[in-house]
Amino acid sequence: MRPAWSVLLLTTLIGAGQGLFLSLFALDVWDAARGQASLAPLFVAGCIAGALAMTGAGLLASFFHLGHPERAWRSAAMWRTSWLSREVIALPLFMALVALYGLLHWTGRLQGALLAGGFAAAACLALFVCTGMIYACLRFLQEWHTPLTIVNFLLLGTASGLTAAAALAAWLQPELARGYVAAALLAGALAYLGRLASLARNARLRPKSSLATAIGVKHPRISQIAQGAMGGSFNTREFFHGRPREVVRAARWTLLALVFPVPALLLVLSGGAAAALAAAFLLQYAGLLAERWYFFAEAKHPQNLYYQAIA
Amino acid sequence: MKKQLALVIDLNVCVGCHACVTSCKQWNTSGEAGYLSDDNPYGAEPTGTFFNRVQTFEVGEFPNTETVHFPKSCLHCEDPPCVPVCPTGASYKRAEDGIVLVDYDKCIGCKYCAWACPYGAREIDEHQKVMKKCTLCVDRIYDTKLPEAERKPACVLACPTSARMFGDIHDPQSQAARAIREQGGYALMPEWGTQPANHYLPRRKTAKHLHPDELERHDNPLKVDGQLPRPATGEPALDDVTSW
Repeated sequence: MRPAWSVLLLTTLIGAGQGLFLSLFALDVWDAARGQASLAPLFVAGCIAGALAMTGAGLLASFFHLGHPERAWRSAAMWRTSWLSREVIALPLFMALVALYGLLHWTGRLQGALLAGGFAAAACLALFVCTGMIYACLRFLQEWHTPLTIVNFLLLGTASGLTAAAALAAWLQPELARGYVAAALLAGALAYLGRLASLARNARLRPKSSLATAIGVKHPRISQIAQGAMGGSFNTREFFHGRPREVVRAARWTLLALVFPVPALLLVLSGGAAAALAAAFLLQYAGLLAERWYFFAEAKHPQNLYYQAIA
Repeated sequence: MKKQLALVIDLNVCVGCHACVTSCKQWNTSGEAGYLSDDNPYGAEPTGTFFNRVQTFEVGEFPNTETVHFPKSCLHCEDPPCVPVCPTGASYKRAEDGIVLVDYDKCIGCKYCAWACPYGAREIDEHQKVMKKCTLCVDRIYDTKLPEAERKPACVLACPTSARMFGDIHDPQSQAARAIREQGGYALMPEWGTQPANHYLPRRKTAKHLHPDELERHDNPLKVDGQLPRPATGEPALDDVTSW
């Protein structure tokens, strides 16, 4: 599949925003359970602003994917059948609940904030599932059609959010930084394992469709002579990444290095320095962009069987 | 059973002339839905939106090859994977005749339906920014102003070898359903369970298998006589032992 920048930005940004909210809310719940109120308002405000900025930027990016952005409101209609429609509902709902949570927190109504935060966390998980299912529900894209897709969206988003939270904590409430660094390392390692598992799974996939089933001629050797168009078409542009093999391999190595090992090194060596943690987040985010690019590039659409040769 | 209109394409007859492609483009670029994109048609990189394409495949390895011309358009699946994924409801399957259609006024151009079609039957219109696909000439097949014989998709009317049949495949008496039933009609990529309504008829070889005894009669009397031992002259003949 062709990786579209709008979709890469959408899925990585909202994932990090969701993770950042979850990082804050988890600590808030832990605080409430201990009967304390240890979160600095500025740190809470920073996390809320960060989460809203990232999800908002993701939402904005998604509009660039549409041919008719002015009709985007229509896309909430088919929530009964379409995971995309469900995501379109879950994302603004999540953002509104996070904003409400932040507002209640800021005005000191912590009980109400906890309740709003609980709903926001539910919307957050629903959003992870919706985003993942958009890809996982397409059964003939075998690379995507696995529960690992949803698990990885969840884990990678949470890990990057925790790294962002560690950076924000080092800046706004340094005593929290150590805990967030540890949590970011744990979540990052889990996310890395999940992604490695899906890479290993996809490397062993055998395509269900072949040219024999595509045109219904039972023969092991079929080659295309003409695809019915002398130039390219939508089918040759949308379903191929169109990059040489080296670029795909480079994306793979980038994701393997930047999703966890390099940021983890920075997290460990940062010593709680905000700049180092911010760098760790930016590097991890770059790694996630590479990860998402590769996620699209490695998915082989069966329609490509019909578009192997031009003349 | 509900009606399911579909095409049945006979690969044994298709000669790959592209008449269905050009007639499809002509009809569907002239309708009230607006034109179909067609950029650089005579330039180096022609590109555009087509509802129907004829592809050519070579089966086998030289010298044992054969050429298969393969017209490809939306298959109007009975369980279309492109419909439930559409977030706006622009993509839908008509209950009354099973045609899968796109409401161009509702489509937001997100391309998700194209991702969800394993056949690559949907193509976005790069100028109108909406998803387009074969409509089975829905603006033609019900047009009572046309003579009844012409109420068929443009591609079917254009085919010079009658490789394309059109009809209700749920009606066992229709020409299309009979062709599927009696001539081995098959669906594309059955592994995905989409139940395409369009079917293809396989290429059929007319082969005659000759047994050796068809070239040379086993009981050829000339040879039989030569082989049998000739009775001696004194032996009784049939007439001697039988009284008629």
